[in-house]
Amino acid sequence: MNSWRKEIIQVVFVMVGLIFLIKLFFIQVVDNRYADLANSNAILRQVEYPFRGLIYDRHGKLIVYNTPEYDLQIISKEAKGLDSAKFCKVFSLSKEELQEKFKELVERKEYSPYKPTLFIDKLSNYDFAKIQDNLDEFPGFYIQARTTRAYSTSALANALGYVSEISKGKLEGDELNIYKQGDYIGQSGIELFYEEQLRGQRGVKFKLRNVKGIEKGSFDNGKSDSISVPGQNLTTGIDLELQEYGEFLMKGKAGSIVAIEPSSGEILSLISGPSYDPNLLTGRLYGSNFKLISSDTLKPLFNRPLMAQYRPGSIFKIAQAMTALQEGVITPETRIRCDRDIINCHGPHSNEDLRGAIANSCNPYFHGVLRKMLNKGVSNDPYEDTRMGLAEWNMHIQSFGFGSELGIDLPNEKNGLIPTPAYYDRAYDNRPWKFSNIYSLAIGEGENLVVPIQMANFAATVANRGFYFTPHLVKAIGKNGKPLPQYQERHSTTIDPVHFQVAVDAMQQVVEAGTGQYRARLDSIIVCGKTGSVQNTPLPDHSVFIAFAPRDNPQIAISVYVEYSGQGARAAASIASLMIEKYLIGKTKRPHIEQYVLNGKFLD
Amino acid sequence: MRRDDNISGKLDWVTVMLYMVLVTLGWINIFAAVYDENVNQTIWDLSLNSGRQLLFMGACSIIIMGIVIVDMRFYEVFAYLVYGLVIAMLVMVPIIGKEVGGNKSWIGLGSFGVQPSEFAKFATALAVAKYMGSVGFKMDNLRMQTILFCIIGVPMLLILLQKDIGTLLVFTCFILVFFREGMSPFLLIIGNCAAAIFILTLLIPNQYYLHGAIVIGLIALISFGKKKFKRIAILTIGAIMIMGVIESVDYVITDVLKPHQQNRIKALINPDADPLGFGWNVTQSKIAIGSGRFSGKGFLKGTQTKFDFVPEQSTDFIFCTIGEEYGWMGSLITISLFLALLLRVIFISERQKSRFARAYGYCVASIFFFHFAINIGMTIGLFPVIGIPLPFFSYGGSALWGFTILLFILLKLDAHRGEVLQRI
Repeated sequence: MNSWRKEIIQVVFVMVGLIFLIKLFFIQVVDNRYADLANSNAILRQVEYPFRGLIYDRHGKLIVYNTPEYDLQIISKEAKGLDSAKFCKVFSLSKEELQEKFKELVERKEYSPYKPTLFIDKLSNYDFAKIQDNLDEFPGFYIQARTTRAYSTSALANALGYVSEISKGKLEGDELNIYKQGDYIGQSGIELFYEEQLRGQRGVKFKLRNVKGIEKGSFDNGKSDSISVPGQNLTTGIDLELQEYGEFLMKGKAGSIVAIEPSSGEILSLISGPSYDPNLLTGRLYGSNFKLISSDTLKPLFNRPLMAQYRPGSIFKIAQAMTALQEGVITPETRIRCDRDIINCHGPHSNEDLRGAIANSCNPYFHGVLRKMLNKGVSNDPYEDTRMGLAEWNMHIQSFGFGSELGIDLPNEKNGLIPTPAYYDRAYDNRPWKFSNIYSLAIGEGENLVVPIQMANFAATVANRGFYFTPHLVKAIGKNGKPLPQYQERHSTTIDPVHFQVAVDAMQQVVEAGTGQYRARLDSIIVCGKTGSVQNTPLPDHSVFIAFAPRDNPQIAISVYVEYSGQGARAAASIASLMIEKYLIGKTKRPHIEQYVLNGKFLD
Repeated sequence: MRRDDNISGKLDWVTVMLYMVLVTLGWINIFAAVYDENVNQTIWDLSLNSGRQLLFMGACSIIIMGIVIVDMRFYEVFAYLVYGLVIAMLVMVPIIGKEVGGNKSWIGLGSFGVQPSEFAKFATALAVAKYMGSVGFKMDNLRMQTILFCIIGVPMLLILLQKDIGTLLVFTCFILVFFREGMSPFLLIIGNCAAAIFILTLLIPNQYYLHGAIVIGLIALISFGKKKFKRIAILTIGAIMIMGVIESVDYVITDVLKPHQQNRIKALINPDADPLGFGWNVTQSKIAIGSGRFSGKGFLKGTQTKFDFVPEQSTDFIFCTIGEEYGWMGSLITISLFLALLLRVIFISERQKSRFARAYGYCVASIFFFHFAINIGMTIGLFPVIGIPLPFFSYGGSALWGFTILLFILLKLDAHRGEVLQRI
């Protein structure tokens, strides 16, 4: 009954067989292209590595670019009759080294005598020029070109990061199959964070070769070729000259300088001391140099602006003042006696108002301020009262970007720490705690931890009178591009803008008449700043300074940390003011301050 | 009742001969594919794929004896049990399986490994045939159709978990069996159309062209046919549904699937999309086959397949060796042998008295046909690259045993066809 169905199936079977035979007849008998291809010992597949995106500074100066690098490949089947004496001479190898190379070659996992396999890697442009003319005397050897990174500056190493061969683990985790063994990938800094934008897309070219291995044009008119797509260029907000000047000032010191443009959050300079020359981590010497740099006891790979966590010290008093004003527990006119009972103080002053207390960095004043803030008397239980006060305080302080990573466009940013009630519960093992246990918070000591970039961001927030853009290095991706969306978003603090005027006034006073007057003042520009000396008993204090300038319409906000260098008014204030001068005026008019910084004797 | 013990006299010797010729040719070509002129090797060398294939072939003769000795009723009676056992093995694979070549589809037995998915083919064939052979079965009954699709759907789902897309697709070939047993050809046509639309959607980046073509086709159908309201309504609804499928393809590809799965599917459909991977294989495979010309380069004289240009030479791309060393004549002989086997299996199926045996025979024919068509089609660039073996030729124990079991159960059933009462 169903015989027509049987016949249809039979017809389908036979049809498919016939189609195959016809197609095969065309491939095998009619079209002799394939036979020629096979005779010519087939097609060479050449991978075209894409150009990695370039990195510029804010004025369009090139910082990171690509330079050619060559791998020598071998097809051992074709490399018979090698004149090894001559080969050794051209490639400056000893006979033993050559033998070693051949031994390595055969042991390679991807080795096949019929396919190009890596023989010598990372030949420089100079080496390549030397051997280029001799190459056809060595049949079976081919050059594969690719590019490696090069730097126009010896500065900015930690922010830029470096590029090196992809690790085994990353290769296995690469589910999209974007990378192949031997590919270069960003390992830290911008190179890692913007890997996706920078890397571009690999292309493949199929080339015909004759028996002698000489190229005879493209296969199939290049129909199966794919063109490599270069990565996107990045424009950073870095002012390269300012960056280099900052690194010059930091020579021989440990610490960091972070400068931000307050109106945009663009990072103008990001200096970590000690640092290294990024040119050391490219090319053939990458391996040996990396070992040296990573085992250096001064830790040049430790990116201090993001990774070093310090107690903020006195600069934190600005944040305390604004939190207290917002909570309404003080007014700018509130005076507190400098009794020096519980906390000691410095300088001649006795009963300042808020502006005076900031200018003189009065410790007892801020002890009093924090007491008013944490013990508002909402609850009769002093423990419960402190607890509620601390929770409110924490909320305000965190709104400045403290206590958790800001989310800048570099990896490995640290959180810092702004204690919460839960934190003290853990610290006191659930035993009760109250204001008298935690008053060190008042002057930026105690459990507080901040990261230099957070302090610079804080200076920018005060400069903006109450908001900030998350600090970021890259201000444009691609041509006329924008930064990533998260860097275009404005963050407001929980403090009303009106209160910032007090902070700005006080910070101006710090520089003009207070702790910073000797080294931070500039003749032509109103600088607003705050000193800090972070205690490290028994070692010398860390010298800290934050500032922004000019007072109205600020162009630069900065934080400077110089480790173990004593008072903030000395090393840090000098460096900060020199940086501001350099950025706003172009050069310093105070060579004695520059000399003072370079001499580095801050403790005398 | 006289019991005939002389089973060998009743086996279909034409098929057995075809089987033996195919397996032997396969073995010789596996040796040619792995042969290295610089090393003194023989076809018996156990360190080579060809030597191991010979062991697998030896095991086949034991399997064949086993199949022939067992009572013919066993296969029908225990069909579901066999099916259940294989399903259980498939379930075990993700738990105790080992990974070979990126796919976790092997179960280890000591130093040996088997791929349960290869055995799932004959087990599913038995179960499908048993269900179709059951009393009161009607192919056009919706409930029974659903059960049938479940029988093939369960192993497909489990193989999907192993990410073995090639083997998964083999199970679609059962549609041919359903068609033979009376399923409406519309389902076959609709299925093919849906697949075609799916592929077209992936190949043509701009969907507006497709939508445009559908609208034009709709207008043409409406204007040239009878202008009845019902017909116009059905055509319009059909067109809207097709457009829906097109839109859903895009949604499934971009939103449901993960990026690496997307790449895999795109590469399956369009080998040129990934010139580093699949596209390269097909180009090399075509060069190898094409370089064989009319009469081939001769045994062990091939260069392309030996120079590591062609990947998976002794397994999925074994046909390259045939094409290169024996030319178009070799292709003609190989394809003719396969067609002869396929037509012979259909002939055998049609002479069965029980629906069980006939349906099983068609299962065998369909599975062989699917492998044959997809594998050779892939090596000559007519189909996307789907890694499934060429029956009896590709190197591999599980595959060879699977195909052998499939075929010889049919021959066993056929040998006893006289003992079965007609009940169609």
